[in-house]
Amino acid sequence: MTTYIGLIPAIPFLGFLILGLYGQKMHGKIAGYIGTGAVGISAFLTFMVAARYLNGLPEIKSYTVTLWQWISAGNLNVNISFSLDALSLIFIFVITFVGFLIHMYSIEFMAGDERFSKFFAYMNLFVGSMLVLVLANNMLVLYMGWEGVGLCSYLLIGFWYKEPENGYAARKAFIFTRVGDTAMILGIFLLFLNFGTLNIHQIMQQAPEKWMTGSAIATVTAALLLGGALGKSAQLPLQSWLPDAMAGPSPVSALIHAATMVTAGVYLIARTHILFALAPVVQTAVAVIGAATLLIAGFSALAQHDIKRILAYSTISQIGYMFLALGVGAWSAAVFHFMIHAFFKALLFLGAGAIILALDEEHDIFKMGGLRKKMPVIFITYLVASASLAALPLVTAGFYSKDQILWYSFSSQSGGLWLWIAGIFGAFLTALYSFRMVFITFYGEAKTEPSMKVGKLILIPLVVLAVLSVLGGLVELPQAWGNFRPFSNLLHNVLPATTIHKKEGLEVVFELISATIVLIGVYLAYLFYIKKPWLVKSYEHSRLNEFFYRGWDFDKVYDVLLVKPIVWLAEIDEKDFFNWFNTGVSKVALFGNRVLSLTQNGKLRWYLMSFAIGIALILTYMIYR
Amino acid sequence: MLTVPLKILLLFAGTLFLLGLAGLLVRRNIIFMLMSIEIMLNSAGLVFIAAGRHWGQPDGQVMFIFILAVAAVEVSIGLALILQVYHHYKTLDVDAISKLRDHN
Repeated sequence: MTTYIGLIPAIPFLGFLILGLYGQKMHGKIAGYIGTGAVGISAFLTFMVAARYLNGLPEIKSYTVTLWQWISAGNLNVNISFSLDALSLIFIFVITFVGFLIHMYSIEFMAGDERFSKFFAYMNLFVGSMLVLVLANNMLVLYMGWEGVGLCSYLLIGFWYKEPENGYAARKAFIFTRVGDTAMILGIFLLFLNFGTLNIHQIMQQAPEKWMTGSAIATVTAALLLGGALGKSAQLPLQSWLPDAMAGPSPVSALIHAATMVTAGVYLIARTHILFALAPVVQTAVAVIGAATLLIAGFSALAQHDIKRILAYSTISQIGYMFLALGVGAWSAAVFHFMIHAFFKALLFLGAGAIILALDEEHDIFKMGGLRKKMPVIFITYLVASASLAALPLVTAGFYSKDQILWYSFSSQSGGLWLWIAGIFGAFLTALYSFRMVFITFYGEAKTEPSMKVGKLILIPLVVLAVLSVLGGLVELPQAWGNFRPFSNLLHNVLPATTIHKKEGLEVVFELISATIVLIGVYLAYLFYIKKPWLVKSYEHSRLNEFFYRGWDFDKVYDVLLVKPIVWLAEIDEKDFFNWFNTGVSKVALFGNRVLSLTQNGKLRWYLMSFAIGIALILTYMIYR
Repeated sequence: MLTVPLKILLLFAGTLFLLGLAGLLVRRNIIFMLMSIEIMLNSAGLVFIAAGRHWGQPDGQVMFIFILAVAAVEVSIGLALILQVYHHYKTLDVDAISKLRDHN
């Protein structure tokens, strides 16, 4: 069965080819069924492979399938080969399963769009590339998947390209992630330079032998890889593309900009965790960046009016939690939160998409209100997902995953009080903004009437994801509650366990603290946005809130620091010698064209004359040479 | 039998050819141009005959028959085209028929 690992990414690629080549000729929703079916087959294969993998444990911890040799030049050998271990298994499970649900949702969501088949072609290409990314056994193959998902992200953000802003958002996302990708490819070059191979497994084996902990080369390499992760995962300082990426259709936001692609950075760091362990400075930076990002994005989420932008900032913030976990060495906690986050955040985006669809493209939560009665299923699933996002204690999956991160951020070897305080304050903000969103959208008086009822294909994925957002947490219970931890036990086949240096008994205390804080957050949201809205009226209109609304003015800073100088330089550069030379060449060519086209005057006798002169010249030459 | 030297024949043919060419270049009436082409073809035929006799070979005369056939075909097609052109433009002036020129 494991020999079929290659098929898991191959089938979405096949779907992409079929839809890309013949999609235009398909009528109705056939393209949607093909796209969904392709991902569905991949999901099915994933289940089969997963069953086989779990059976093979603990003897066989990873399977590698080499399909063919891609590049062989000098000592550079790159094989297209896939490697399946616990880490990639969890990622492909989320990608194919959540991806399948989102594809299903899209059949109805995108119905009637003039580029319906293109949408599914791009989505399939995305799923295939993402699977290549997480299955790759080689840095270069991983990079190929990495760029593939970037391309699909660009294509899908700008899917409705007729609005110029959407195209702008797409370019912004592409350029921002490119900054990170450039750092990452430099890191890959360094790895090849030092190890003579790009095979991830071999690099990870040799790294601790060749490099000292804290050595300069290890630090530089880890920092460069971190750069790639920051760009893709929208972390400080490369985070400001993600809110604008919401210009894409909602299923795209759910799949690419919440559940899978933006967590590629988390995957990269977890996959190369040995390098990060060799560079403690960089690892601390990961934790600090994560903590800072989760706070900054939390404040911004609290200030937004657009339902999708709230969710976008929330995604940045939640990935901040994952980075915090990675930074303190809680590898499995980060992957756990990734999985749970994929469930509830995909659900939130799909729910938001359904609301937007039913309200005729209304994005502003202040214009919604009172939707609780009119859309009961969407309301309940949305409530479940928001509770999971806010980490409501005991009943939601988000509680189990986020609490683990909070606990490790304090207790692990490299954790500390400040990281924990940032995390717990972020949890408070999360509770506040997620219930602000729920209360404003679903309670209060109705301001916009839904114009249509959403169908089954939209509701089924919502319900499935809602169930997972509740029950998903049960695969891993806190350590203090007995030793039921199958999820991290599975991951510990690949990733090292977190070393704890604080007392274990404290965990329950910390859980109580965070549960209380979350409940306070939810109560405050109730107080501020239902009971006594006048309490926050002055804050909503304050300068500070406006500043948060604009995402801490990062865009303005980049505009002044980078965009303006480059535009200025480009304007100077326009007048230099090379430009003069290039325009000169084109001018000469144009002049020649004009002169020669004079001979093309349509006069037959003129042609004959030149013909005769030509013959005379040739004859003269032949006789007198 | 009186024999005309080859040199004279070739000069005569060359003169005929140049006359035809000059006519082709100078005339604007398509019918006259067609006639000029006939003259040029015949001058070429004359060279073939003269050369064939000079070397005592029949090939020259064979080629002349071919040239006659080609000339006949050319005239018939050419006249048909001229008729069409006349129907279309109501003129036989070649310079008026310049639709293939470059619009620049």
